[in-house]
Amino acid sequence: MTELTRLTIAEARDALRKGETTSLEITEACLGAIEGAGALNAFVHNTPEIARDQAKAADERQQGRDEALAMNGIPLGIKDLFCTKGVPSQAASRILEGFKPEYESTVTQQLFDAGSVMLGKLNMDEFAMGSSNETSVYGDVVNPWKVDGRALTPGGSSGGSASAVAADLCLAATGTDTGGSIRQPAAFVGITGLKPTYGRVSRWGVVAFASSLDQAGPMCKSVRDCAIMLGAMAGHDPKDSTSADLAVPDFEAALTGDIRGKKIGIPKEYRMEGMPPEIEALWADGAAMLRDAGAEIVDISLPHTKYALPAYYVIAPAEASSNLARYDGVKYGHRAQMAQGDGITEMYEKTRAEGFGAEVQRRVMIGTYVLSAGFYDAYYNRARRVRALIKKDFEDVFAQGVDAILTPATPSAAFGLGEMADADPVQMYLNDVFTVTVNLAGLPGISVPAGLDKQGLPLGLQLIGRPWEEGDLLNTAYSLESAAGFVEKPAKWW
Amino acid sequence: MSIDDKTAAHVAKLARIKVEEDALPALAQEFNNILGFIEQLNEVDVEGVEPMVSVTPMRLKRRADEVTDGGMPERILANAPDAREGFFAVPKVVE
Repeated sequence: MTELTRLTIAEARDALRKGETTSLEITEACLGAIEGAGALNAFVHNTPEIARDQAKAADERQQGRDEALAMNGIPLGIKDLFCTKGVPSQAASRILEGFKPEYESTVTQQLFDAGSVMLGKLNMDEFAMGSSNETSVYGDVVNPWKVDGRALTPGGSSGGSASAVAADLCLAATGTDTGGSIRQPAAFVGITGLKPTYGRVSRWGVVAFASSLDQAGPMCKSVRDCAIMLGAMAGHDPKDSTSADLAVPDFEAALTGDIRGKKIGIPKEYRMEGMPPEIEALWADGAAMLRDAGAEIVDISLPHTKYALPAYYVIAPAEASSNLARYDGVKYGHRAQMAQGDGITEMYEKTRAEGFGAEVQRRVMIGTYVLSAGFYDAYYNRARRVRALIKKDFEDVFAQGVDAILTPATPSAAFGLGEMADADPVQMYLNDVFTVTVNLAGLPGISVPAGLDKQGLPLGLQLIGRPWEEGDLLNTAYSLESAAGFVEKPAKWW
Repeated sequence: MSIDDKTAAHVAKLARIKVEEDALPALAQEFNNILGFIEQLNEVDVEGVEPMVSVTPMRLKRRADEVTDGGMPERILANAPDAREGFFAVPKVVE
Protein backbone atom coordinates (compact mmCIF):
# COMPACT_ATOMS: atom_id res chain seq x y z
CA MET A 1 0.00 0.00 0.00
CA THR A 2 1.13 3.55 -0.68
CA GLU A 3 2.38 5.70 2.14
CA LEU A 4 -0.58 6.14 4.50
CA THR A 5 -0.67 9.95 4.43
CA ARG A 6 -0.88 9.92 0.63
CA LEU A 7 -4.12 7.94 0.59
CA THR A 8 -7.28 9.47 -0.79
CA ILE A 9 -10.45 9.23 1.29
CA ALA A 10 -11.77 6.54 -1.06
CA GLU A 11 -8.55 4.48 -0.86
CA ALA A 12 -8.39 4.77 2.92
CA ARG A 13 -12.04 3.82 3.26
CA ASP A 14 -11.52 0.70 1.17
CA ALA A 15 -8.34 -0.26 3.00
CA LEU A 16 -10.03 0.22 6.38
CA ARG A 17 -13.02 -1.86 5.35
CA LYS A 18 -10.74 -4.65 4.17
CA GLY A 19 -8.82 -4.46 7.45
CA GLU A 20 -5.53 -3.67 5.67
CA THR A 21 -4.81 -0.78 7.99
CA THR A 22 -6.37 1.03 10.93
CA SER A 23 -7.53 4.58 11.42
CA LEU A 24 -5.03 4.89 14.25
CA GLU A 25 -2.17 3.97 11.91
CA ILE A 26 -3.26 6.53 9.31
CA THR A 27 -3.86 9.12 12.02
CA GLU A 28 -0.40 8.56 13.56
CA ALA A 29 1.18 8.87 10.12
CA CYS A 30 -0.62 12.20 9.59
CA LEU A 31 0.32 13.49 13.06
CA GLY A 32 3.94 12.63 12.25
CA ALA A 33 3.75 14.42 8.92
CA ILE A 34 2.27 17.50 10.63
CA GLU A 35 5.10 17.47 13.21
CA GLY A 36 7.62 17.56 10.39
CA ALA A 37 5.88 20.28 8.38
CA GLY A 38 6.25 23.31 10.63
CA ALA A 39 7.86 25.19 7.74
CA LEU A 40 4.53 25.18 5.87
CA ASN A 41 2.71 26.79 8.83
CA ALA A 42 -0.51 25.07 7.73
CA PHE A 43 -1.64 23.55 11.05
CA VAL A 44 -1.91 26.14 13.82
CA HIS A 45 -3.69 24.28 16.63
CA ASN A 46 -2.93 20.56 16.74
CA THR A 47 -5.40 18.23 18.43
CA PRO A 48 -3.53 14.89 18.63
CA GLU A 49 -5.46 13.68 21.68
CA ILE A 50 -8.83 14.24 20.05
CA ALA A 51 -7.50 12.63 16.87
CA ARG A 52 -6.28 9.48 18.65
CA ASP A 53 -9.53 9.11 20.59
CA GLN A 54 -11.61 9.51 17.45
CA ALA A 55 -9.36 7.12 15.51
CA LYS A 56 -9.65 4.44 18.22
CA ALA A 57 -13.42 4.85 18.25
CA ALA A 58 -13.46 4.54 14.47
CA ASP A 59 -11.39 1.36 14.62
CA GLU A 60 -13.78 -0.13 17.16
CA ARG A 61 -16.73 0.74 14.95
CA GLN A 62 -15.04 -0.78 11.95
CA GLN A 63 -14.93 -4.15 13.65
CA GLY A 64 -18.53 -3.85 14.68
CA ARG A 65 -21.69 -3.12 12.78
CA ASP A 66 -21.19 0.53 11.82
CA GLU A 67 -18.83 -0.04 8.95
CA ALA A 68 -21.07 1.89 6.60
CA LEU A 69 -20.20 5.30 8.10
CA ALA A 70 -19.13 7.33 5.06
CA MET A 71 -15.98 8.86 6.51
CA ASN A 72 -15.15 6.34 9.21
CA GLY A 73 -11.61 6.82 10.48
CA ILE A 74 -10.62 9.46 7.91
CA PRO A 75 -8.20 12.08 9.38
CA LEU A 76 -9.05 15.64 8.35
CA GLY A 77 -7.77 19.15 8.89
CA ILE A 78 -10.35 21.78 9.88
CA LYS A 79 -10.12 25.41 8.81
CA ASP A 80 -9.81 27.74 11.80
CA LEU A 81 -13.08 29.44 10.72
CA PHE A 82 -15.11 26.48 12.04
CA CYS A 83 -16.05 26.57 15.72
CA THR A 84 -14.88 23.37 17.36
CA LYS A 85 -15.89 22.70 20.93
CA GLY A 86 -13.15 23.33 23.46
CA VAL A 87 -10.55 23.83 20.71
CA PRO A 88 -9.20 27.28 19.76
CA SER A 89 -11.22 28.72 16.88
CA GLN A 90 -10.07 32.21 16.12
CA ALA A 91 -10.54 32.78 12.38
CA ALA A 92 -6.80 33.58 12.27
CA SER A 93 -7.54 36.85 14.08
CA ARG A 94 -6.01 38.41 17.15
CA ILE A 95 -9.45 39.57 18.20
CA LEU A 96 -10.51 35.96 18.90
CA GLU A 97 -7.32 35.11 20.80
CA GLY A 98 -8.09 32.55 23.48
CA PHE A 99 -11.61 31.86 22.23
CA LYS A 100 -12.68 28.27 22.81
CA PRO A 101 -16.23 27.68 21.59
CA GLU A 102 -18.71 26.02 23.91
CA TYR A 103 -20.33 24.40 20.89
CA GLU A 104 -19.52 22.50 17.69
CA SER A 105 -20.26 23.81 14.19
CA THR A 106 -22.84 21.78 12.29
CA VAL A 107 -20.32 20.85 9.58
CA THR A 108 -17.71 19.50 11.99
CA GLN A 109 -20.38 17.72 14.01
CA GLN A 110 -21.69 16.05 10.85
CA LEU A 111 -18.17 15.06 9.83
CA PHE A 112 -17.59 13.54 13.28
CA ASP A 113 -20.96 11.78 13.11
CA ALA A 114 -19.80 10.32 9.79
CA GLY A 115 -16.74 8.90 11.59
CA SER A 116 -14.06 11.49 10.71
CA VAL A 117 -11.00 12.25 12.80
CA MET A 118 -9.86 15.85 13.49
CA LEU A 119 -6.09 16.36 13.38
CA GLY A 120 -6.18 20.07 14.18
CA LYS A 121 -7.08 23.54 13.00
CA LEU A 122 -5.74 25.06 9.80
CA ASN A 123 -4.31 28.47 9.06
CA MET A 124 -6.21 30.90 6.82
CA ASP A 125 -6.50 34.57 5.97
CA GLU A 126 -7.92 36.60 8.87
CA PHE A 127 -11.72 36.22 8.83
CA ALA A 128 -11.28 34.63 5.37
CA MET A 129 -10.39 38.02 3.91
CA GLY A 130 -7.48 37.55 1.55
CA SER A 131 -6.23 35.66 -1.48
CA SER A 132 -2.70 34.79 -0.38
CA ASN A 133 -2.89 33.73 3.28
CA GLU A 134 -0.77 36.72 4.25
CA THR A 135 -3.35 38.40 6.52
CA SER A 136 -3.29 35.68 9.21
CA VAL A 137 -2.34 36.44 12.81
CA TYR A 138 -0.45 33.11 12.72
CA GLY A 139 1.77 34.29 9.85
CA ASP A 140 1.92 33.24 6.19
CA VAL A 141 1.18 29.72 5.02
CA VAL A 142 3.76 28.40 2.55
CA ASN A 143 2.83 26.47 -0.59
CA PRO A 144 4.48 23.02 -0.67
CA TRP A 145 5.22 23.62 -4.36
CA LYS A 146 8.64 25.21 -4.86
CA VAL A 147 10.34 25.76 -8.20
CA ASP A 148 13.06 28.26 -7.27
CA GLY A 149 14.29 29.98 -4.12
CA ARG A 150 10.99 31.74 -3.53
CA ALA A 151 8.42 30.78 -0.91
CA LEU A 152 5.09 30.77 -2.76
CA THR A 153 1.60 31.53 -1.52
CA PRO A 154 -0.86 28.64 -1.33
CA GLY A 155 -3.61 31.17 -2.14
CA GLY A 156 -6.35 32.13 0.22
CA SER A 157 -8.33 32.31 2.22
CA SER A 158 -8.27 28.51 2.75
CA GLY A 159 -4.47 28.48 2.33
CA GLY A 160 -3.75 26.22 5.30
CA SER A 161 -6.29 23.68 4.04
CA ALA A 162 -4.77 23.75 0.56
CA SER A 163 -1.19 23.45 1.75
CA ALA A 164 -2.01 20.64 4.21
CA VAL A 165 -3.84 18.50 1.65
CA ALA A 166 -1.25 19.06 -1.09
CA ALA A 167 1.60 18.19 1.30
CA ASP A 168 -0.18 15.01 2.50
CA LEU A 169 -0.48 16.16 6.11
CA CYS A 170 -4.12 15.05 6.12
CA LEU A 171 -6.38 13.13 3.74
CA ALA A 172 -8.69 16.10 3.15
CA ALA A 173 -9.71 19.39 4.74
CA THR A 174 -12.66 21.69 5.17
CA GLY A 175 -12.60 25.04 3.44
CA THR A 176 -14.95 27.97 3.06
CA ASP A 177 -15.53 30.06 -0.04
CA THR A 178 -16.95 33.60 -0.11
CA GLY A 179 -15.36 34.82 -3.36
CA GLY A 180 -13.08 31.96 -4.38
CA SER A 181 -11.45 30.92 -1.09
CA ILE A 182 -11.74 27.17 -1.77
CA ARG A 183 -11.20 27.14 -5.54
CA GLN A 184 -8.28 29.58 -5.89
CA PRO A 185 -6.07 27.90 -3.24
CA ALA A 186 -7.01 24.45 -4.57
CA ALA A 187 -5.77 25.56 -8.01
CA PHE A 188 -2.56 27.04 -6.56
CA VAL A 189 -1.54 23.75 -4.91
CA GLY A 190 -2.88 21.20 -7.42
CA ILE A 191 -5.81 19.75 -5.46
CA THR A 192 -9.59 19.63 -5.99
CA GLY A 193 -11.91 22.04 -4.18
CA LEU A 194 -15.68 22.32 -4.34
CA LYS A 195 -17.88 25.26 -3.38
CA PRO A 196 -21.42 23.88 -3.10
CA THR A 197 -24.65 25.67 -4.02
CA TYR A 198 -25.47 28.40 -1.48
CA GLY A 199 -27.62 26.70 1.16
CA ARG A 200 -26.35 23.15 0.56
CA VAL A 201 -24.14 23.20 3.67
CA SER A 202 -25.08 24.72 7.02
CA ARG A 203 -23.25 27.88 8.02
CA TRP A 204 -24.07 27.40 11.71
CA GLY A 205 -20.93 27.66 13.82
CA VAL A 206 -18.82 28.93 10.92
CA VAL A 207 -17.45 32.38 11.78
CA ALA A 208 -19.40 34.68 9.46
CA PHE A 209 -17.71 36.89 6.86
CA ALA A 210 -20.39 37.72 4.25
CA SER A 211 -23.46 35.69 5.07
CA SER A 212 -25.12 35.82 1.64
CA LEU A 213 -21.95 34.51 -0.04
CA ASP A 214 -20.24 32.20 2.50
CA GLN A 215 -20.39 28.49 1.85
CA ALA A 216 -18.29 25.66 3.27
CA GLY A 217 -16.99 22.83 1.11
CA PRO A 218 -14.46 20.01 0.80
CA MET A 219 -10.81 20.36 -0.31
CA CYS A 220 -9.52 16.95 -1.38
CA LYS A 221 -7.07 14.91 -3.41
CA SER A 222 -9.67 13.82 -5.96
CA VAL A 223 -13.13 14.52 -7.33
CA ARG A 224 -14.40 11.28 -5.77
CA ASP A 225 -13.19 12.43 -2.36
CA CYS A 226 -15.05 15.73 -2.81
CA ALA A 227 -18.21 13.74 -3.56
CA ILE A 228 -17.80 11.57 -0.46
CA MET A 229 -16.97 14.47 1.85
CA LEU A 230 -19.70 16.77 0.50
CA GLY A 231 -22.22 14.06 1.28
CA ALA A 232 -21.10 14.12 4.92
CA MET A 233 -21.07 17.93 5.16
CA ALA A 234 -24.35 18.72 3.41
CA GLY A 235 -27.97 18.77 4.52
CA HIS A 236 -30.67 20.83 6.11
CA ASP A 237 -29.93 22.32 9.50
CA PRO A 238 -32.71 23.90 11.56
CA LYS A 239 -30.06 26.18 13.09
CA ASP A 240 -29.34 27.83 9.70
CA SER A 241 -32.53 29.18 8.16
CA THR A 242 -30.77 29.61 4.79
CA SER A 243 -29.79 25.94 4.60
CA ALA A 244 -31.95 24.20 2.04
CA ASP A 245 -34.46 21.58 3.09
CA LEU A 246 -33.55 19.29 0.21
CA ALA A 247 -32.55 15.65 0.23
CA VAL A 248 -28.81 15.05 -0.04
CA PRO A 249 -28.24 12.75 -3.01
CA ASP A 250 -25.50 10.11 -3.18
CA PHE A 251 -22.92 12.31 -4.89
CA GLU A 252 -20.43 9.48 -5.32
CA ALA A 253 -23.02 7.41 -7.18
CA ALA A 254 -23.26 10.25 -9.72
CA LEU A 255 -19.65 9.62 -10.82
CA THR A 256 -20.26 7.51 -13.90
CA GLY A 257 -17.75 9.38 -16.04
CA ASP A 258 -20.34 9.45 -18.82
CA ILE A 259 -20.86 13.03 -20.03
CA ARG A 260 -22.04 12.22 -23.56
CA GLY A 261 -24.54 14.78 -24.78
CA LYS A 262 -23.79 17.25 -22.00
CA LYS A 263 -23.58 20.86 -23.10
CA ILE A 264 -20.53 22.72 -21.78
CA GLY A 265 -20.46 26.51 -22.13
CA ILE A 266 -17.29 28.54 -22.74
CA PRO A 267 -17.96 32.15 -21.67
CA LYS A 268 -16.25 34.66 -23.93
CA GLU A 269 -16.08 37.30 -21.18
CA TYR A 270 -13.61 35.13 -19.23
CA ARG A 271 -11.01 35.65 -21.96
CA MET A 272 -9.33 38.46 -20.07
CA GLU A 273 -6.86 40.85 -21.57
CA GLY A 274 -3.33 39.99 -20.54
CA MET A 275 -4.23 36.41 -19.64
CA PRO A 276 -1.08 34.23 -19.76
CA PRO A 277 -1.03 32.11 -22.96
CA GLU A 278 -0.49 28.99 -20.84
CA ILE A 279 -3.81 29.50 -19.09
CA GLU A 280 -5.53 30.15 -22.39
CA ALA A 281 -4.00 26.91 -23.74
CA LEU A 282 -5.00 24.92 -20.64
CA TRP A 283 -8.55 26.18 -21.01
CA ALA A 284 -8.66 25.09 -24.67
CA ASP A 285 -7.18 21.70 -23.73
CA GLY A 286 -9.86 21.26 -21.06
CA ALA A 287 -12.60 22.01 -23.58
CA ALA A 288 -11.06 19.50 -26.00
CA MET A 289 -10.95 16.81 -23.30
CA LEU A 290 -14.64 17.28 -22.53
CA ARG A 291 -15.46 17.25 -26.26
CA ASP A 292 -13.51 14.01 -26.70
CA ALA A 293 -15.54 12.56 -23.83
CA GLY A 294 -18.70 13.23 -25.81
CA ALA A 295 -19.80 16.62 -24.53
CA GLU A 296 -20.93 19.40 -26.83
CA ILE A 297 -18.88 22.60 -26.42
CA VAL A 298 -20.77 25.83 -27.02
CA ASP A 299 -19.74 29.48 -26.87
CA ILE A 300 -21.79 31.45 -24.39
CA SER A 301 -21.95 34.99 -23.09
CA LEU A 302 -22.20 36.15 -19.47
CA PRO A 303 -22.33 39.88 -20.23
CA HIS A 304 -22.10 41.27 -16.68
CA THR A 305 -18.95 39.31 -15.70
CA LYS A 306 -16.82 42.46 -15.64
CA TYR A 307 -18.97 43.93 -12.88
CA ALA A 308 -18.80 40.94 -10.54
CA LEU A 309 -15.67 42.01 -8.65
CA PRO A 310 -16.80 45.61 -8.06
CA ALA A 311 -20.23 44.35 -6.93
CA TYR A 312 -18.52 41.85 -4.63
CA TYR A 313 -16.35 44.58 -3.09
CA VAL A 314 -19.49 46.42 -2.07
CA ILE A 315 -21.61 43.50 -0.89
CA ALA A 316 -18.96 41.44 0.94
CA PRO A 317 -17.53 44.36 2.96
CA ALA A 318 -21.06 45.62 3.73
CA GLU A 319 -22.04 42.25 5.18
CA ALA A 320 -18.66 41.92 6.91
CA SER A 321 -19.01 45.30 8.62
CA SER A 322 -22.29 44.11 10.06
CA ASN A 323 -21.11 40.60 10.98
CA LEU A 324 -17.88 41.81 12.58
CA ALA A 325 -19.71 44.35 14.75
CA ARG A 326 -19.99 41.55 17.31
CA TYR A 327 -16.25 41.76 18.11
CA ASP A 328 -16.43 44.42 20.77
CA GLY A 329 -14.20 43.13 23.54
CA VAL A 330 -17.16 42.16 25.70
CA LYS A 331 -18.34 38.65 24.90
CA TYR A 332 -15.19 36.80 23.82
CA GLY A 333 -11.64 37.23 22.67
CA HIS A 334 -9.33 40.19 23.01
CA ARG A 335 -10.04 43.36 25.00
CA ALA A 336 -7.61 46.28 24.84
CA GLN A 337 -5.96 47.74 27.94
CA MET A 338 -7.75 50.93 28.80
CA ALA A 339 -6.32 54.26 29.87
CA GLN A 340 -7.52 56.41 32.75
CA GLY A 341 -10.86 57.96 31.86
CA ASP A 342 -11.59 55.67 28.90
CA GLY A 343 -15.26 54.83 28.46
CA ILE A 344 -16.97 52.09 26.52
CA THR A 345 -16.50 53.78 23.13
CA GLU A 346 -12.73 53.97 23.66
CA MET A 347 -12.79 50.33 24.71
CA TYR A 348 -14.51 49.34 21.46
CA GLU A 349 -12.25 51.49 19.30
CA LYS A 350 -8.99 50.36 20.87
CA THR A 351 -10.04 46.72 21.02
CA ARG A 352 -10.98 46.66 17.33
CA ALA A 353 -7.88 48.62 16.25
CA GLU A 354 -5.64 46.13 18.11
CA GLY A 355 -7.66 43.03 17.32
CA PHE A 356 -8.28 43.41 13.59
CA GLY A 357 -5.47 43.34 11.02
CA ALA A 358 -5.09 45.92 8.26
CA GLU A 359 -7.12 44.13 5.56
CA VAL A 360 -10.00 43.37 7.92
CA GLN A 361 -10.05 46.98 9.14
CA ARG A 362 -10.05 48.20 5.55
CA ARG A 363 -13.00 46.02 4.58
CA VAL A 364 -15.01 46.80 7.71
CA MET A 365 -14.58 50.51 7.05
CA ILE A 366 -15.42 50.22 3.32
CA GLY A 367 -18.52 48.29 4.32
CA THR A 368 -19.43 50.90 6.89
CA TYR A 369 -19.05 53.61 4.26
CA VAL A 370 -21.20 51.94 1.57
CA LEU A 371 -23.95 51.33 4.12
CA SER A 372 -23.83 54.81 5.63
CA ALA A 373 -26.61 57.35 5.23
CA GLY A 374 -26.51 58.98 1.82
CA PHE A 375 -24.50 56.21 0.12
CA TYR A 376 -26.64 53.15 0.75
CA ASP A 377 -28.56 53.53 -2.50
CA ALA A 378 -25.63 54.62 -4.64
CA TYR A 379 -23.38 51.76 -3.57
CA TYR A 380 -25.12 48.97 -1.71
CA ASN A 381 -28.44 48.90 -3.54
CA ARG A 382 -26.77 49.39 -6.91
CA ALA A 383 -24.43 46.46 -6.19
CA ARG A 384 -27.40 44.27 -5.25
CA ARG A 385 -29.09 45.19 -8.54
CA VAL A 386 -25.94 44.29 -10.49
CA ARG A 387 -25.81 41.05 -8.53
CA ALA A 388 -29.33 40.23 -9.75
CA LEU A 389 -28.13 40.80 -13.34
CA ILE A 390 -25.09 38.56 -12.83
CA LYS A 391 -27.34 35.79 -11.56
CA LYS A 392 -29.66 36.30 -14.55
CA ASP A 393 -26.70 35.90 -16.94
CA PHE A 394 -26.27 32.36 -15.59
CA GLU A 395 -30.01 31.61 -15.58
CA ASP A 396 -30.15 32.60 -19.24
CA VAL A 397 -27.40 30.21 -20.34
CA PHE A 398 -28.81 27.37 -18.22
CA ALA A 399 -32.19 28.03 -19.89
CA GLN A 400 -30.43 27.52 -23.23
CA GLY A 401 -29.63 24.00 -22.12
CA VAL A 402 -26.07 24.49 -20.87
CA ASP A 403 -25.23 21.90 -18.18
CA ALA A 404 -21.92 23.30 -16.98
CA ILE A 405 -19.51 26.14 -17.71
CA LEU A 406 -15.75 25.70 -18.12
CA THR A 407 -13.35 28.52 -17.16
CA PRO A 408 -9.82 28.89 -15.83
CA ALA A 409 -9.76 28.78 -12.01
CA THR A 410 -7.27 31.62 -11.55
CA PRO A 411 -5.64 34.27 -13.74
CA SER A 412 -2.13 33.05 -12.81
CA ALA A 413 -0.23 30.28 -11.04
CA ALA A 414 0.84 30.76 -7.40
CA PHE A 415 2.92 33.90 -6.84
CA GLY A 416 5.63 34.59 -4.29
CA LEU A 417 4.77 35.50 -0.71
CA GLY A 418 5.36 39.21 -0.22
CA GLU A 419 5.32 39.98 -3.95
CA MET A 420 2.01 41.80 -3.69
CA ALA A 421 2.92 43.67 -0.51
CA ASP A 422 3.27 47.04 -2.22
CA ALA A 423 0.46 46.51 -4.70
CA ASP A 424 -2.86 48.28 -4.52
CA PRO A 425 -5.41 46.11 -2.62
CA VAL A 426 -7.45 46.01 -5.84
CA GLN A 427 -4.61 44.08 -7.57
CA MET A 428 -4.94 41.34 -4.96
CA TYR A 429 -8.72 41.30 -5.41
CA LEU A 430 -8.24 40.40 -9.11
CA ASN A 431 -7.20 36.88 -8.04
CA ASP A 432 -10.90 36.08 -7.66
CA VAL A 433 -11.95 37.37 -11.07
CA PHE A 434 -13.02 33.91 -12.34
CA THR A 435 -14.50 32.59 -9.10
CA VAL A 436 -16.44 35.47 -7.57
CA THR A 437 -19.34 35.35 -10.06
CA VAL A 438 -20.23 31.90 -8.73
CA ASN A 439 -20.70 33.18 -5.16
CA LEU A 440 -22.76 36.14 -6.33
CA ALA A 441 -25.05 33.76 -8.24
CA GLY A 442 -25.13 31.14 -5.45
CA LEU A 443 -23.96 28.36 -7.80
CA PRO A 444 -21.78 25.30 -7.24
CA GLY A 445 -18.23 25.52 -8.62
CA ILE A 446 -15.28 23.15 -8.57
CA SER A 447 -11.59 23.64 -9.24
CA VAL A 448 -9.84 20.65 -10.80
CA PRO A 449 -6.04 20.48 -11.24
CA ALA A 450 -5.36 20.18 -14.96
CA GLY A 451 -1.68 20.77 -15.67
CA LEU A 452 1.59 22.48 -14.85
CA ASP A 453 2.83 25.80 -16.20
CA LYS A 454 6.30 26.15 -17.69
CA GLN A 455 7.80 26.85 -14.27
CA GLY A 456 6.33 23.57 -13.06
CA LEU A 457 3.51 25.03 -10.94
CA PRO A 458 -0.01 23.60 -10.93
CA LEU A 459 -2.89 25.26 -12.77
CA GLY A 460 -6.57 24.55 -12.30
CA LEU A 461 -9.72 24.66 -14.36
CA GLN A 462 -13.10 25.60 -12.92
CA LEU A 463 -16.43 24.01 -13.74
CA ILE A 464 -19.61 25.85 -12.75
CA GLY A 465 -22.86 23.91 -12.41
CA ARG A 466 -26.57 24.47 -12.12
CA PRO A 467 -27.94 25.14 -8.63
CA TRP A 468 -28.33 21.94 -6.54
CA GLU A 469 -26.75 19.85 -9.32
CA GLU A 470 -23.49 19.12 -7.52
CA GLY A 471 -23.81 15.46 -8.55
CA ASP A 472 -23.87 16.31 -12.24
CA LEU A 473 -21.10 18.90 -11.76
CA LEU A 474 -18.92 16.38 -9.92
CA ASN A 475 -19.47 13.87 -12.73
CA THR A 476 -18.30 16.38 -15.35
CA ALA A 477 -15.32 17.21 -13.11
CA TYR A 478 -14.61 13.47 -12.78
CA SER A 479 -14.50 13.17 -16.56
CA LEU A 480 -12.16 16.17 -16.79
CA GLU A 481 -9.97 14.76 -14.01
CA SER A 482 -9.69 11.38 -15.76
CA ALA A 483 -8.76 13.02 -19.07
CA ALA A 484 -6.29 15.53 -17.57
CA GLY A 485 -4.57 12.78 -15.58
CA PHE A 486 -2.93 15.22 -13.18
CA VAL A 487 -0.89 13.13 -10.72
CA GLU A 488 2.00 15.45 -9.90
CA LYS A 489 2.91 16.09 -6.28
CA PRO A 490 5.21 18.73 -4.82
CA ALA A 491 8.74 17.45 -4.08
CA LYS A 492 9.27 17.43 -0.31
CA TRP A 493 11.62 20.21 0.87
CA TRP A 494 10.08 21.05 4.25
CA MET B 1 -16.58 60.86 -5.16
CA SER B 2 -13.40 61.62 -3.25
CA ILE B 3 -12.89 60.83 0.41
CA ASP B 4 -10.93 63.35 2.46
CA ASP B 5 -9.30 62.88 5.85
CA LYS B 6 -12.37 64.14 7.64
CA THR B 7 -14.63 61.58 5.97
CA ALA B 8 -12.10 58.82 6.67
CA ALA B 9 -12.10 59.80 10.34
CA HIS B 10 -15.90 59.76 10.36
CA VAL B 11 -16.03 56.27 8.81
CA ALA B 12 -13.46 54.99 11.33
CA LYS B 13 -15.61 56.42 14.12
CA LEU B 14 -18.76 54.77 12.75
CA ALA B 15 -16.88 51.45 12.50
CA ARG B 16 -15.54 51.89 16.05
CA ILE B 17 -11.94 51.43 14.96
CA LYS B 18 -9.35 53.79 16.38
CA VAL B 19 -7.25 55.32 13.61
CA GLU B 20 -4.42 57.69 14.55
CA GLU B 21 -4.53 61.15 13.04
CA ASP B 22 -1.35 60.64 11.00
CA ALA B 23 -2.73 57.45 9.43
CA LEU B 24 -5.79 59.18 7.98
CA PRO B 25 -4.33 60.45 4.66
CA ALA B 26 -3.14 56.95 3.66
CA LEU B 27 -6.46 55.45 4.71
CA ALA B 28 -8.39 58.03 2.69
CA GLN B 29 -6.19 57.23 -0.33
CA GLU B 30 -6.94 53.50 0.03
CA PHE B 31 -10.66 54.19 0.25
CA ASN B 32 -10.44 56.30 -2.89
CA ASN B 33 -8.66 53.54 -4.81
CA ILE B 34 -11.22 50.94 -3.81
CA LEU B 35 -14.18 53.25 -4.41
CA GLY B 36 -12.69 54.15 -7.80
CA PHE B 37 -12.80 50.45 -8.65
CA ILE B 38 -16.38 50.18 -7.40
CA GLU B 39 -17.45 53.21 -9.48
CA GLN B 40 -17.51 50.91 -12.55
CA LEU B 41 -20.93 49.80 -11.34
CA ASN B 42 -22.29 53.13 -12.55
CA GLU B 43 -21.83 51.91 -16.15
CA VAL B 44 -24.50 49.24 -15.68
CA ASP B 45 -28.11 49.93 -16.64
CA VAL B 46 -30.04 48.79 -13.56
CA GLU B 47 -33.31 50.45 -14.50
CA GLY B 48 -36.21 48.31 -13.30
CA VAL B 49 -33.95 45.70 -11.65
CA GLU B 50 -34.83 44.84 -8.06
CA PRO B 51 -31.92 44.62 -5.59
CA MET B 52 -31.26 40.96 -4.81
CA VAL B 53 -32.54 39.92 -1.39
CA SER B 54 -31.90 36.18 -1.50
CA VAL B 55 -29.74 34.27 -3.95
CA THR B 56 -31.92 31.15 -3.80
CA PRO B 57 -35.60 31.57 -4.55
CA MET B 58 -36.86 29.89 -1.40
CA ARG B 59 -38.84 30.88 1.60
CA LEU B 60 -36.83 30.88 4.80
CA LYS B 61 -37.75 28.05 7.13
CA ARG B 62 -39.80 29.02 10.13
CA ARG B 63 -40.35 27.26 13.40
CA ALA B 64 -42.64 27.54 16.36
CA ASP B 65 -41.78 30.56 18.53
CA GLU B 66 -40.71 28.70 21.63
CA VAL B 67 -37.63 28.34 23.80
CA THR B 68 -35.41 25.53 22.49
CA ASP B 69 -32.20 26.20 24.33
CA GLY B 70 -30.85 28.18 27.27
CA GLY B 71 -30.18 28.07 31.00
CA MET B 72 -26.40 28.06 30.63
CA PRO B 73 -25.05 31.41 31.86
CA GLU B 74 -21.65 29.94 32.79
CA ARG B 75 -21.11 28.68 29.26
CA ILE B 76 -22.27 31.98 27.77
CA LEU B 77 -19.78 33.86 29.96
CA ALA B 78 -16.97 31.34 29.66
CA ASN B 79 -15.10 33.32 26.99
CA ALA B 80 -15.71 36.83 28.30
CA PRO B 81 -12.60 38.95 28.95
CA ASP B 82 -14.32 40.24 32.10
CA ALA B 83 -17.35 38.57 33.68
CA ARG B 84 -18.61 39.13 37.20
CA GLU B 85 -21.52 37.73 39.16
CA GLY B 86 -23.16 36.23 36.11
CA PHE B 87 -22.81 39.32 33.93
CA PHE B 88 -20.51 40.68 31.22
CA ALA B 89 -18.52 43.51 32.79
CA VAL B 90 -17.86 46.72 30.83
CA PRO B 91 -16.73 50.26 31.68
CA LYS B 92 -19.40 52.55 33.10
CA VAL B 93 -21.97 53.30 30.38
CA VAL B 94 -24.50 55.44 32.27
CA GLU B 95 -23.38 58.36 34.46
